[in-house]
Amino acid sequence: MISLAGRDILHAWGKFVFTGMGLGLLIGVTLVMAGVYRGMVEDGRSLLDNSGADLWVVQRDTLGPYAEPSSVGDDVYRSLRGLPGVAAAANVTYLTMQVRRGSDDVRALVVGIAPGGPGATPGWPADLVAGRHITRGHYEAVADIAAGFRLGERIGIRRNHYTVVGLTRRTVSSGGDPMIFVPLKDAQEAQFLKDNDAIWQGRRRTAANPQFNRPASPGLLEAVTAAQSSSRYVNAVLLRLAPGSDAADVAAALQRWKRLTVYTRAQMERIVLGKLIATSARQIGMFLVILAVVSAAIVAFIIYTLTMDKIREIAVLKLIGTRNRTIAGMILQQALALGAIGFIVGKITATYAAPLFPKYVLLVPRDSLLGLLAVVLICALASSVAIRMALAVDPAEAIGG
Amino acid sequence: MPGKGIRIEGLRKRYGEGDTAVDALRGVDMQVEPGEVVGLIGPSGSGKSTLLKCLGAVIDPSGGRMVLGEEVIYEDRWRVRDLRALRRDRIGFVFQSPYLIPFLDVTDNVALLPMLAGVPNAAARARALELLTALDVQHRAHALPTQLSGGEQQRVAIARGLVNRPPVILADEPTAPLDSERALTVIRLLNDMASRYETAVIVVTHDEKIIPTFRRIYQIRDGVTQEQQRAH
Repeated sequence: MISLAGRDILHAWGKFVFTGMGLGLLIGVTLVMAGVYRGMVEDGRSLLDNSGADLWVVQRDTLGPYAEPSSVGDDVYRSLRGLPGVAAAANVTYLTMQVRRGSDDVRALVVGIAPGGPGATPGWPADLVAGRHITRGHYEAVADIAAGFRLGERIGIRRNHYTVVGLTRRTVSSGGDPMIFVPLKDAQEAQFLKDNDAIWQGRRRTAANPQFNRPASPGLLEAVTAAQSSSRYVNAVLLRLAPGSDAADVAAALQRWKRLTVYTRAQMERIVLGKLIATSARQIGMFLVILAVVSAAIVAFIIYTLTMDKIREIAVLKLIGTRNRTIAGMILQQALALGAIGFIVGKITATYAAPLFPKYVLLVPRDSLLGLLAVVLICALASSVAIRMALAVDPAEAIGG
Repeated sequence: MPGKGIRIEGLRKRYGEGDTAVDALRGVDMQVEPGEVVGLIGPSGSGKSTLLKCLGAVIDPSGGRMVLGEEVIYEDRWRVRDLRALRRDRIGFVFQSPYLIPFLDVTDNVALLPMLAGVPNAAARARALELLTALDVQHRAHALPTQLSGGEQQRVAIARGLVNRPPVILADEPTAPLDSERALTVIRLLNDMASRYETAVIVVTHDEKIIPTFRRIYQIRDGVTQEQQRAH
């Protein structure tokens, strides 16, 4: 038996190909949307991976340091370092801000890393793609390549300038902003210290306060002023466990500390993926549903129109004894062929368009496979309208009168 | 499948019920022998198309009897289970417009019927080509219907009607779109094919120029047929 659908497609190939290309662009957008979601999840995971931590110790009853602000004393790490099962503990600060690059600015996550080195101290970037790690205590930075900085270039963060000494790749925040690593003290200053005018105004107010400026207590005003102008806080303490230690056991021991909350990797992943990107994920999910409905409507309309054009031929086919399933098969095959053309065009479009997006778009084979299955399902469902119409055609229509 | 032609007795068809019922056929009798071509004429609304649809097993008669070859196919109800297979294998159709499938070439338009009946593609195409040769359109075997003239399209439609060797062919105004010369050619072809394949052919027509070519004519009026013998 010849393929009626195949012959019809070959006969009107231009109509099929151009319609399939239009549908393909829609499918391409759908695949990219799925890739945007995957990219966000991957960004969240890479944020946790790049921290090099097994446990995150944050301010009590907060979801810090990524989902909520968190302040922990910068001396807490010393006592944590001595706990059984803890191999390394390091302070870390995170601050999303606009950093200056020449006359422009770039949105970045500025990470303050404690003195130490890669591998030994949690928080340090593991691998560099160019340059070296930070070796000085101040004014050096390692930047993610996505921030656009080159080696030797100067980054302006608040009042200070930093020289880019190293470049990393795929070190980003959960929102996809590139990370810039700077020494912890500099980051604390950037995060907690006020600008010159605010400091001057603060000193003036303190000096005017009779509680702090007592003639009978020499040195009190200087001590208060010094306390106000120094930062003693970080956002979190990152812990790396000793080999063989159980994260849950160490976390349970730490939970007993009154002013701290500790999260394991699994808990932190739930916070980052479940809270930080949950709304965006739902938004993307809504878009995917809308795109699927639009795709189904387009396929249904096209197949319906193509079938309407053949209504007399279908009546003749039924009159001369063609089985209903042959006619239904012809329409279904045409819908699937349209979907196949659309999927191929969409996949190619998504593959070439993904790198052009400013944020990470991760196209995974599983999503493509699911997309293909969805296209097949949508085309099958969409063809059902045309099939019902074709099967309802009365063969008597082929005979006049 | 050569046979004993077609015979119908007291065939009735009523549309609707009660006060609005319309009797389109009021007891039609007709017999067409194998190899014979008969005309079916009558004014508009006389029941020609209804009769054709009943004969083509497209609509259900309301009563009467139909015998195809030696088999009773209708007697107050259909006596064959699969009307689709009956239409495909035992009744050939030729329409006023050829209604060829536009995306199939001439050969496949004709070969489609045997293919639908399960005949292998090569055998079906060979059978189609044989008929196309008999109808002198074999040189257009690979053309699409849109590339054919009106006369060529009608010949292909006749070939399609004959390809499964049905005992009966129902032709609905097959010469309506053709000029006199081509109309007569089509009727001559139908006569030739009827003789060659022992097929009973019923031609519904309004076409005055071809009416004299029939030896027997059934005139239908108000749902009743009347046979007219014509001298040749």
